Amino acid sequence: MVITSRSTINSVFFLILDFISVGCLFIMVGAEFLGMILLIVYVGAVAVLFLFVVMMLNVAEQKQSWFIGKKSTHIPTGLIVSVIILLELLVVVGGWKYKEDLMSSSTLLLSEISNTHQLGLVMYTDYILYFQLAGIVLLLAMIGAILLTFRERVGVKKQSYLNQISRDPSNAVELIEVKSNQGVKLDD
Amino acid sequence: MIEYLEILGQEIYKVIFLVVPILVSVAMIVWLDRRVWGLVQKRKGPNVVGPFGLFQTLADALKYIFKEIIIPASANKVVFILAPIVTMTLALVAWAVVPMSEDLVLANINVGILYLFAISSLGVYGIIMGGWASNSKYPFLGAIRSAAQMVSYEVSIGIIIINVLLCVGSLNLNDIVIAQKELWYVIPLFPMFVIFFISSLAETNRPPFDLPEAEAELVAGYQTEYSGMMYAMFWLGEYANILLMCAMGSILFLGGWLPLMDIYPLNIIPAPIWMILKILFLFLLFALIKAIVPRYRYDQLMRLGWKIFLPFSLIYLVFTASFLFYFDKLPKVNI
Repeated sequence: MVITSRSTINSVFFLILDFISVGCLFIMVGAEFLGMILLIVYVGAVAVLFLFVVMMLNVAEQKQSWFIGKKSTHIPTGLIVSVIILLELLVVVGGWKYKEDLMSSSTLLLSEISNTHQLGLVMYTDYILYFQLAGIVLLLAMIGAILLTFRERVGVKKQSYLNQISRDPSNAVELIEVKSNQGVKLDD
Repeated sequence: MIEYLEILGQEIYKVIFLVVPILVSVAMIVWLDRRVWGLVQKRKGPNVVGPFGLFQTLADALKYIFKEIIIPASANKVVFILAPIVTMTLALVAWAVVPMSEDLVLANINVGILYLFAISSLGVYGIIMGGWASNSKYPFLGAIRSAAQMVSYEVSIGIIIINVLLCVGSLNLNDIVIAQKELWYVIPLFPMFVIFFISSLAETNRPPFDLPEAEAELVAGYQTEYSGMMYAMFWLGEYANILLMCAMGSILFLGGWLPLMDIYPLNIIPAPIWMILKILFLFLLFALIKAIVPRYRYDQLMRLGWKIFLPFSLIYLVFTASFLFYFDKLPKVNI
């Protein structure tokens, strides 16, 4: 539904539905921490930004549909990618058998601890280096995004909070005695 | 099959016994809100329908039900109708994990606090969908404002929750409450409590952060095009969310269903009543702030969220962690 629906907004909504169902799958497998984090990060933050961008750009409805017999360049590329992913999946699922004895020997012993604790124990001890590296990659991406969009413009009016707060009546308001029929001349 | 139906029946029975009290308490809380608001401004507030005007909200709800629902011609109909339903459902669904006493809870799940956080972060969808589907300018501006606001304040709420979790060592809501038996977290983590309270004001779009529906600028924000029952559902969802935030605050900081002190006359009062009293106390603060404080400007709101609350709660997180580590008070994980 994400790729077949014509309006971009609808496909974003279906994408959100996808994220939610992936979260539900995680919870059903027993990884409730991962499922919840997926909900918070993807559905709560990332998908909101998607929706934002799509709504702001006001993308017109796609003229090209998959089911109308027009020429489309997306189908071959999509097919190649999906075949590659299918092959990879087959390799992974096929390779699963070899790890079974490894699974039963070390991982299952820990299963009495809740999986949040388990995750923390592994993440912050054995894999601390990779964890920190992932963090640095994310930080770099963030800095890069800011650097790409940041440009200094001249002549923009900005509010300075310090000035706004530190104003006081004695130098902001002036009481002027106005004589009748003469008016006031302000020098500014 | 019959067994399955029986289980289903029991569950539905439980759910109804959760949802109906919440809806009734939302009605009462709206009355209380308007009453407090009136008293602060030296008015009387709603006092005509029923004793002390208690049935005012019910009368309002009846009025909304009998009003015609108008759907704008240029609106996206499906999303337009879906938006209030999403808001309301999410507001009610979150209550499943809120413990009213040690065993008076619908689902005592392991990651309760994360569930609450996830559901409250989903709440933004109802607003965005409503604003976009109306296909008009004011609702869209309101929706954009509120989405940015809710996403920004969620970040600091998340870090505050981590602060509490460091002291507890568990994500289970009941464990969080029980860990406060000696000392409520409002005392050691007082700055966090203040920030949590202000962030939850922003998260639920309450004054002084009610910019999404600032009536002077945006008519009524994302609700402008809604009428009748659909508007009432938005409104119910909003108040149910406010109650939920109060419940979250009382669980995280005010010791949930624990009595004030574990001494004789106080600990015979049953736990749910303590929980309700704490929620009411926090809600009273919400209502008073609505009456007292003027509305923030939008850039000030963003600055407060990102440049003040976020760094401060991060620094406090480091402080809490190092304090717990230095004095060897970190919660023990039973391995």
